[in-house]
Amino acid sequence: MSLVLDRLGAAAICGFARVLTGVRALWAGGAPKAGPRVYYANHSSHGDFALVWACLPQDLRERTRPVAGLDYWERDRLRRYVAHRLFRAVLIDRNRDARREDPIRKMAAALEGGDALIVFPEGTRNVGDARLQPFKSGIYWLAAACPDVEFVPVWIENLSRVMPKGRILPVPLLCTLTFGTALKLQEGEDKDAFVARTRNALLALSPAEM
Amino acid sequence: MGRSPQQQTLDLFIGIGLVLVVATIAAALLKRYVARGAAHGVIDNLRARINAWWVMVAVIGVAFLFGRAGVMLLFFFASFAALREFITLTYTRRADHDALATSFYVILPLQYVLIWTDWYGLYSIFIPVYAFLLLPIAGVLAGDTTRFLERTAKVQWGLMICVYCLSHVPALLNLRIPGYEGRNALLIVFLVLVVQSSDVFQFIWGKLFGRRKIAPAISPSKTVEGLAGGVLSATILGAALWWITPFNPWQAALMALAINVMGFFGGLVMSAIKRDRGVKDWGDLIEGHGGMLDRLDSVVFAAPVFFHLTRYWWT
Repeated sequence: MSLVLDRLGAAAICGFARVLTGVRALWAGGAPKAGPRVYYANHSSHGDFALVWACLPQDLRERTRPVAGLDYWERDRLRRYVAHRLFRAVLIDRNRDARREDPIRKMAAALEGGDALIVFPEGTRNVGDARLQPFKSGIYWLAAACPDVEFVPVWIENLSRVMPKGRILPVPLLCTLTFGTALKLQEGEDKDAFVARTRNALLALSPAEM
Repeated sequence: MGRSPQQQTLDLFIGIGLVLVVATIAAALLKRYVARGAAHGVIDNLRARINAWWVMVAVIGVAFLFGRAGVMLLFFFASFAALREFITLTYTRRADHDALATSFYVILPLQYVLIWTDWYGLYSIFIPVYAFLLLPIAGVLAGDTTRFLERTAKVQWGLMICVYCLSHVPALLNLRIPGYEGRNALLIVFLVLVVQSSDVFQFIWGKLFGRRKIAPAISPSKTVEGLAGGVLSATILGAALWWITPFNPWQAALMALAINVMGFFGGLVMSAIKRDRGVKDWGDLIEGHGGMLDRLDSVVFAAPVFFHLTRYWWT
């Protein structure tokens, strides 16, 4: 019974996101593929992971888990329900000193279990005028832990205008998600090189500025 | 004529359906014998346009079945889709959020409520005066002055085009024309049919005889021959439709001419904006066929003029 409810809830969130944003998914870097992969995207709105999730074909969506901050999603019962039951999120503790689990280990475990992940390597939402903030090094450590896993850049265009940080009422603008070509950690590639390469691959998907 | 408005509307829809059947068959033959089944830019585009016409006629037909409420809802959603396409392609900042939310959730619905309640004194000035003054106030309170005038002006322009002008199509239902009671929906059919057929006729004339380009910097496909032939054909069509209007044949011709000319320049203006923004289409609502604004650009410019000409001389 609760499984049915979970599915309905997930479908409702996807439907709402699609109708509100009229979202269009462009698979510029090749057709969607099942299996453990990491979708990494620019982050400017709370709706980001829901939109990426809604744009995946259903069979892929069921095996794709967003990576999100434990401090935000464990705060009350509703958020816990949404994070654990609807999205099956991988919640990580952003507090370095207090945490008991290694976030990279937790994400790697999900990938080894056959799931795909949605991550936002900027770490926090982008509220400035820059197209993309610097990446944290986590994306490299994840790649180093799972060197066979592909990283797929996903550019989310316009969602920050639909629902900017600090606003609850969304404005119904049209969004586009561009999925780029998958890339992997190369032999001997160091941290800075991989972080720069993944970031440039994501930036390359962004349209020219207005 | 002695036929009821419902019968006249049905006659029209059957007529349009027959034209579309002929067009569909002709395009299929062209595809088979001229393009030999292979991809062919012009013929494929023609087929996409005809398919879009089927959908548009079906949607308008269903809306008409639900009467006044159906027509109001149809144009409300058309305005919504158009405004969303317009604002998506417009530069805005985080500080515009309140102004944008107000546009979508207050001004747009309110304009249609005013049309529904037939409050002419307010719906004809609501956006040009009150939205014009209130939106920049909402914007200035957010405190961000970067490109302020530009941002404010563009939101206002979007509201004028997508909401104010377009809402004059359903407003035609409100006109009280002596001797024409109960037939106002046919005015909408007249407007949409004449303007849209003008687009089609211009396309056909331009493809067949087009030589001299009118505005190569804006719309390379528009030619003098296409314009003249298209407007003339659509004007003749308008005159031939006089029996569904309160006009006599030459009045219907002049009305058709006025809305065709406005429609042509509307298409040109909206193309200039697309060119400036570096896009080919406003959206992709209809697959391979652009967005709502691509279909409605000429209707939007023709509607208020048609509304006021009719209101001034016939009510």
